[in-house]
Amino acid sequence: MSEQQFEPSVIAFLCNWCSYAGADLAGTSRIQYPTNLDIIRVMCSGRVNPLFIVNALQQGADGVLVSGCHPGDCHYMEGNFYARRRFTLMNELLNYVGVDAKRFNMSWVSASEGAKWKDVVEEVVENAKEAGPFEQFRRNKINW
Amino acid sequence: MNNKPKIGVYVCHCGINISHTVDVEAVAEFASQLPNVRVAREYSYMCSDPGQALIREDIKNEGLNRVVVASCSPRMHELTFRKTLAEAGLNPYYLEMANIREHCSWVHGDREKATAKAKRLVAAAAVKARLLEPLQEKEVDVEPASLIIGAGIAGIQAALDIAEAGFKVYLVEKTPSVGGRMSQLDKTFPTLDCSACILTPKMVDVASHPNIELLTYSQVEDVSGYVGNFDVKVRKKARYVDMDKCTGCGVCAQECRLTGRIPSEFDEGMGKRAAIYLPFPQAVPAKYTIDPERCLMLTRGKCGKSPKCVDACGTGAINFEQEDEIVEFKVGSIIVATGFDVFDASRKPEYGYNDYENVITGLELERLVSASGPTGGDILIGKGDDAYVPKDIAFIKCVGSRDKSVGNEYCSRVCCMYTAKLAHLLTEKIPDANVRVYYMDVRAFGKGFEEFYDRVRREGVRYIRGNPSEVFKRGDKLVVKAENTLTSTPVEDEVDLVVLAVGLEPRRDAREIIDILRLSQSGDRFYMEAHPKLAPVDTATDGVFLAGCAQGPKDIPDTVAQAKGAASSALVLLSSGKVKVQAQVSHINEDTCRGCGYCVEICPYSAIELVTVNQFGHEALVARVNDALCKGCGACVAGCFSGSAQQKSFMDGQILPQIAALGVMR
Repeated sequence: MSEQQFEPSVIAFLCNWCSYAGADLAGTSRIQYPTNLDIIRVMCSGRVNPLFIVNALQQGADGVLVSGCHPGDCHYMEGNFYARRRFTLMNELLNYVGVDAKRFNMSWVSASEGAKWKDVVEEVVENAKEAGPFEQFRRNKINW
Repeated sequence: MNNKPKIGVYVCHCGINISHTVDVEAVAEFASQLPNVRVAREYSYMCSDPGQALIREDIKNEGLNRVVVASCSPRMHELTFRKTLAEAGLNPYYLEMANIREHCSWVHGDREKATAKAKRLVAAAAVKARLLEPLQEKEVDVEPASLIIGAGIAGIQAALDIAEAGFKVYLVEKTPSVGGRMSQLDKTFPTLDCSACILTPKMVDVASHPNIELLTYSQVEDVSGYVGNFDVKVRKKARYVDMDKCTGCGVCAQECRLTGRIPSEFDEGMGKRAAIYLPFPQAVPAKYTIDPERCLMLTRGKCGKSPKCVDACGTGAINFEQEDEIVEFKVGSIIVATGFDVFDASRKPEYGYNDYENVITGLELERLVSASGPTGGDILIGKGDDAYVPKDIAFIKCVGSRDKSVGNEYCSRVCCMYTAKLAHLLTEKIPDANVRVYYMDVRAFGKGFEEFYDRVRREGVRYIRGNPSEVFKRGDKLVVKAENTLTSTPVEDEVDLVVLAVGLEPRRDAREIIDILRLSQSGDRFYMEAHPKLAPVDTATDGVFLAGCAQGPKDIPDTVAQAKGAASSALVLLSSGKVKVQAQVSHINEDTCRGCGYCVEICPYSAIELVTVNQFGHEALVARVNDALCKGCGACVAGCFSGSAQQKSFMDGQILPQIAALGVMR
């Protein structure tokens, strides 16, 4: 696959209350963005198990995004603080094992930030594109 | 019962909202090939009656035990389809939705790519659906009481409605009196009703209603619990006046050494008060309050030989030893009616609000016009002997509204009409006044608004289209510099008084309530409703409702209507007496839990505790979740070292296959 044609696959974990609602707002406002990113809904970014990130990279994703409420605005008071700390560490770990830092992204998008959601998607997809296809962790056979 | 998954997949066209970018037939065809899928159909409107009937019939005829609906956001219709499942006798949590509208058809233009993405999302949903487990919704009792924060017209109206229905209301107001912004107004547009005349009876009613407990000069400090069972902590600030002894005679204020020296908040600083004060004559409760930041006794510990107010008070009501009091109670629902602040005109320095005393805001003019105001209703600018009656008066509209440079893109909705009202009152009070209004647009959208605007123009108020660029002094006069955009001519208008029609902004301390109640803000920084059209008084927090300008700028009729809506929503909870609590809670597998207690520390709601269980004759510590307290955030799940904590419907074992499905589809 040539570099220009490469269409990365990105898996995103969005909290129900802010980022998922922000992505819904982007939809309601008909804001256009790339199709490369698929969303998995969780109730809180604090629910996102670091294992999900590794798993996504194993199962075919070239990039991963975790997005939650702005720190301090968590619907569950402190869930996104846990997420922030967990994924700061996770980021270090991924860097340590040689995963391009561009592959793992974290963002804070509120329920009213439909336009920001578009910017985030574009940036994350662009990052994954630059990082190229990810083979390092890839499982040969995916069981689902 | 044989519980081998038999999935039905339903792909919605949503009219053409989905089908114009997503090939729904292809998605349904693809879905029918997925593992465990028994039927896959597409239909124009899944949420419609026939659409839901389709699902119900398939559940009966095909023996489906899982359902995937690929349509709009689950935030929109998850509850609708859960009900459909329940009606067909299936556990409502056997539903999974794929969001192929908001997250697909509406945000993508390329039909091929959008269809491919819709297939991925449906595959992920179908894989998760296979693994779903039935959940039971628990019902809890609702505390038959309501907390209302803010006692302006919104809070007052909501309190009266709920109290009349027979439920207890705790009405908490930050300032010493109820009444809010409406009490500051002289007349109300477009009917020119006297604001005080229609408001004060309601103020008296809330104070005397047997079901309403009025907590003035108080602030909500903390709210915990959940819908139906909120624990509320309120700080009753010390007034330094015994409410039971004070008769409201006012001798203390006359005697206070600082009488007439402290700017009155109620009069927007145009009038003066004492350190012990009643905010305004009709205040409810009619009890005096000592300003702790101004009172000499409280700031310096000394006020002459002895405080004059104490000497003057016939009932011995003043008590400098009084302390804040914490009041705690339980409520089932909460209404937030905290209102607005007006835009700070000094943030538009080009209009000279800070520089010239004859540049004032609309609310300040409101106080000048008011018979209860600092001038007794005379329009006098300046102090003492220099005071004069302005003849040439210019209004500038949209100050702090529809203005990106100050971060307020929204229209404040009331300024056009309050400008018209004030212009009318000025022509009434100053017959030879020459009033003009500089405007961008006139938005007279409400009932009777256009008629009133028309009347004001017929009374001789001139409307000039153009947003002034600056206001400066020339001799004794102020010059309003603008361009008349209808005639394309520059204008330099010499006037005696400039009135800035300032817009409405969220309360400067809006953050406090957000932190306490977990509310969201919309882009304009006002509190955000759950849905702009269909849930305009609800919030993302169950059991918490919004009323009035806290949710966005609105006039008095809209505020009252929303307050009644919020009261009705709160009453639905209170009168049904029961509420279903979150079923997608965390659960800890006690067989694998090692009792480390990390989840106990993580849980923001203290819903997990360590308990001792007997394992083969040994006592072992394990963590256990209290379902009623758990709100289902899942923080404990991601934190658990052994994977013993799992969130129902969001288990690792359900999400990991979703990830895999998305991977396979690439």
